[in-house]
Amino acid sequence: MQQEGRIIQDVVQVAGLLDQMAVEIAERALACNRSPLHMIGVRTGGLWVAAALHRRLGLASPLGELNIAFYRDDFSQLGLHPSVAPSNLPFDVEGAHILLVDDILYTGRTVKAALNEIFDYGRPASIILAVLLDRGGRELPVAADITGVTMTLKPGEQAKLTAADELSLRLFQTA
Amino acid sequence: MREVGRQPLRHFLGVEGLSRETLTEILDTAEGFMAFGSRAVKKVPLLRGRTIVNLFFEPSTRTRTTFDLAAKRLSADVLNLNVEASSTRKGESLLDTLWTLQAMNCDMFIVRHGLSGAAAFIAAHVAPGVRVINAGDGRHEHPTQAMLDCATIRRHKGRFEGLSVAIVGDIAHSRVARSGIHALRTLGVEDLRVVGPKTLIPVGIEELGVSVYHVLERGLEGVDVICGLRLQQERMQGALLPSAAEYYRCYGLTPERVARAKPDAIVLHPGPINRGVEIESQVADGPQSTILEQVNVGIAVRMAIMSLAMGSHAGVAEDA
Repeated sequence: MQQEGRIIQDVVQVAGLLDQMAVEIAERALACNRSPLHMIGVRTGGLWVAAALHRRLGLASPLGELNIAFYRDDFSQLGLHPSVAPSNLPFDVEGAHILLVDDILYTGRTVKAALNEIFDYGRPASIILAVLLDRGGRELPVAADITGVTMTLKPGEQAKLTAADELSLRLFQTA
Repeated sequence: MREVGRQPLRHFLGVEGLSRETLTEILDTAEGFMAFGSRAVKKVPLLRGRTIVNLFFEPSTRTRTTFDLAAKRLSADVLNLNVEASSTRKGESLLDTLWTLQAMNCDMFIVRHGLSGAAAFIAAHVAPGVRVINAGDGRHEHPTQAMLDCATIRRHKGRFEGLSVAIVGDIAHSRVARSGIHALRTLGVEDLRVVGPKTLIPVGIEELGVSVYHVLERGLEGVDVICGLRLQQERMQGALLPSAAEYYRCYGLTPERVARAKPDAIVLHPGPINRGVEIESQVADGPQSTILEQVNVGIAVRMAIMSLAMGSHAGVAEDA
């Protein structure tokens, strides 16, 4: 676990951001004729956001879970990440329209790993990416299609989503 | 001394001495690999570009093929070397074989050898960064088999505490039994029984925390798990047993005897099975048997051990 430092900001309107994201997703899916839409959340934070969006959108297709531990590109530096729950995509990926959901978009490496894993299940017709927070700092050419909020974090600042009673997004200053 | 806490795996030479946390981490990681058989692409890119050598000095079918498949599902390149039939026949020493393979920049050796301690000997001589996994050494250990047995038990029973487990057969010559005893005791099995004729149970084995039974019916009474062992035919020549038929009469796993265990008991066997010697077909092919399931679990467990060992040189992983 990373050391959490001083709290510098609570993003209080998480529920409001999710409402607005759900509207944008519905509009976009309609405009691009991407139906039925299958949703996949990236463990762990992305899955929380995905579950919240899935409820708001009332999608018929069950929510998929992706655990990208076996696809990370930092394996040779960090080894295997502790992970218990395996990925579970309870629908046919082949030819599917997919909405990929993560909590925080940072370097873009998680998204790259998630795309690699999804393609090992089949060849989807399309994938769009939704994130709750875009915190900047990209190392790969990755962009979200739908973003809850954009905040450019300064060096030493960290963002973390927690799920107690409800989702809460906090910014920390690490030492 | 049993270690406490989570240790990064470097080599995987034996279960003895590993902590419950380490064994549990292997089982948890294996669980993540379990669903892979049903995917379109049965591979993950974890060990892409690494070279793994199956170095088998003893014949093996399922251990070698499941290691082979496990390595391929991790995207590694695999070299299968049946050393029995290669240069050692021409007089090359074990270390010379090893240096030659190391010169090809291989990253991991999976070693099966008839002599106890062979994998540890190789591990002591490989270059830093090269990993060694014991796939069975003499009568010493067969740690990946023990871990796949534990994974199978956990899938069915969900726990180790409070379970009664009986290991039946030739305990004295079995590396599977030895690794299994260490693993099951470490994971929390308290009622662990070994069952077999006096000639095939080592003196003083109680010190490992097991109870000894010589009458099969008594040893199976009320157990949750029965682990059968293969009776090696060569034991018959050593005057340890009168005959295979005699062994079957006293120690063969028959439906009547298995009925002494709990109704939901499972029957494990590492294979290959000798039908009509240590196990009757009705049991081996029956609903309580996990023999074929163990093969598939074995792939996931070996994927977990290989990736944990290969990733460990970076130190303990941290959340990012």
